[in-house]
Amino acid sequence: MLIPHPLLGPRDAQEFIYLGDATLMHRPDATRPDAEAAFCDYVFLRHNPAGVHRELWFHEAGDRSWLVVTRNTVTHEIIGAELACDVKLGVTQ
Amino acid sequence: MKFSGFKVVKEALTGHAGWKPLWRDPDPQPAYDIVIVGGGGHGLATAFYLASVFREQRVAVLEKGWLGSGNIGRNTTIIRSNYLLPGNEPFYEFSMKLWESLEQETNFNSMVSQRGIINLIHTDAQRDAYRRRGNAMLLAGADARLLDREALRKLVPFLNYDNPRFPIKGGLMQARAGTARHDGVAWGYARGADQRGVDIIQNCEVTGFRIENGKVLGVDTSRGFIGAAKVGVAVAGNSSRVMSMAGMRLPIESHVLQAFVSEGLKPTIPGVITFGAGHFYVSQSDKGGLVFGGDIDGYNSYAQRGNLPVVEDVLEGGMALMPMIGRARLLRSWGGVMDMSMDGSPIIDRTDIDGLYFNGGWCYGGFKATPASGYAFAHLLSTDTPHPTATAYRFDRFARGYVIDEKGVGAQPNLH
Ligand SMILES: Cc1cc2nc3c(=O)[nH]c(=O)nc-3n(C[C@H](O)[C@H](O)[C@H](O)COP(=O)(O)OP(=O)(O)OC[C@H]3O[C@@H](n4cnc5c(N)ncnc54)[C@H](O)[C@@H]3O)c2cc1C
Repeated sequence: MLIPHPLLGPRDAQEFIYLGDATLMHRPDATRPDAEAAFCDYVFLRHNPAGVHRELWFHEAGDRSWLVVTRNTVTHEIIGAELACDVKLGVTQ
Repeated sequence: MKFSGFKVVKEALTGHAGWKPLWRDPDPQPAYDIVIVGGGGHGLATAFYLASVFREQRVAVLEKGWLGSGNIGRNTTIIRSNYLLPGNEPFYEFSMKLWESLEQETNFNSMVSQRGIINLIHTDAQRDAYRRRGNAMLLAGADARLLDREALRKLVPFLNYDNPRFPIKGGLMQARAGTARHDGVAWGYARGADQRGVDIIQNCEVTGFRIENGKVLGVDTSRGFIGAAKVGVAVAGNSSRVMSMAGMRLPIESHVLQAFVSEGLKPTIPGVITFGAGHFYVSQSDKGGLVFGGDIDGYNSYAQRGNLPVVEDVLEGGMALMPMIGRARLLRSWGGVMDMSMDGSPIIDRTDIDGLYFNGGWCYGGFKATPASGYAFAHLLSTDTPHPTATAYRFDRFARGYVIDEKGVGAQPNLH
């Protein structure tokens, strides 16, 4: 699989480490009254869809940036990749 | 039809005209007491024990494809009970004992072969860890033996003992472990269940659950609605997909694992050898092919095929462990979709929906569990209490902090 790195162009997926569902970027607020339940959900539960999945990949053997990769889990087709910091800041969707 | 030596001779002399299909192909009835979703190893074993041990009369298994099209027909056939943790080891040893009597019980040759498994040791720390594991196995009634380098060399002389990175210092052996013919296990359970009145319905995909006032009434399928007082889901890699139709999110990610078979060779490998440090394990089938595999690909996947980097990684592991493998030609490789749970251990439990039960999270190790998983799920479905060996496999163990994490890597499914 080739990941279209927004800064470096197409890179072999082997250069990356896979973390999982991109919603992991949104940690629950630890001061919420229901924080314990929210963290349990955050740590353990996943949508795990068959089809389009937004997921976090870390460019370990490259520029060490975190990417949000959009990929189809049924076909392995990679649809796009953004810098995770851009996603977090709302620069891209 | 009962299989026996006499029957084989008789059929040989009469032109094999008397063999019959192993199970019926019934149309679904409007309703059952218990409907099992998924005709893999676990679903079929559940149906078999529901009918044979728990005397349930009206049971059906619904399979979206053909029987055995999932992981039961894709795994590398290793059976063993060499786990460490108390939540796991008694369950897997119960499974090992069921394997030992399986063929008599189902009257079917599933080619259960207790040829032994050896986990290789490369460091003093690893020897300590395996000694502890061996003791845990003995405590649960399993067998375990620590082999030193010389004892190991007698059994498997062809390994590369002096690999500079991972010199082989010994191994932990379970002699009662081994392999079984994976398809034969599915067929044996299917035939046994069918003979005891279970309807096995193939090409019947469950497309939804009918749930009213928190109680399940049945399932919508590609062959119409089928009513059920209880529904047990055992769909392995498709667990999240199916349970999402009941509004549930699971502590599971689906990942692809690949396996490989070489051309047929003369008998060389006496049992199963695992080289954990090099991400490689191997055995030899009765047809002579070397059957081997390694790590999962490591990203969420519902494709029943993997990518080439893992192929390279597995074969490198093989070359490092037993360089002679480089002379064999690779015949086939394939992939299967696995239900990787957040702690690497399974779930056999009720859900919050009355009458809906779940069995899954088997990761890459559910083949060996097939008999005990079926037995424990049947126990839960029929009596509404967990089987004594499966009491730890609850949904709420994650929230309560009682995860069963054999590898100790945390909630990161691709590392289990
Ligand atoms: C390459 C590979 C190697 C492995 N090696 C080993 C090993 O050496 N030892 C070991 O112990 N384990 C091993 N495993 C793991 C083991 O194969 C699985 O954990 C186990 O088979 C899963 O249970 P099952 O047999 O019930 O699954 P499956 O056979 O996958 O059964 C699930 C069934 O559910 C059906 N289904 C899905 N959705 C629906 C629906 N909506 N409606 C109706 N039916 C549906 C599927 O079609 C499928 O037939 C391996 C797995 C793989 C992929």
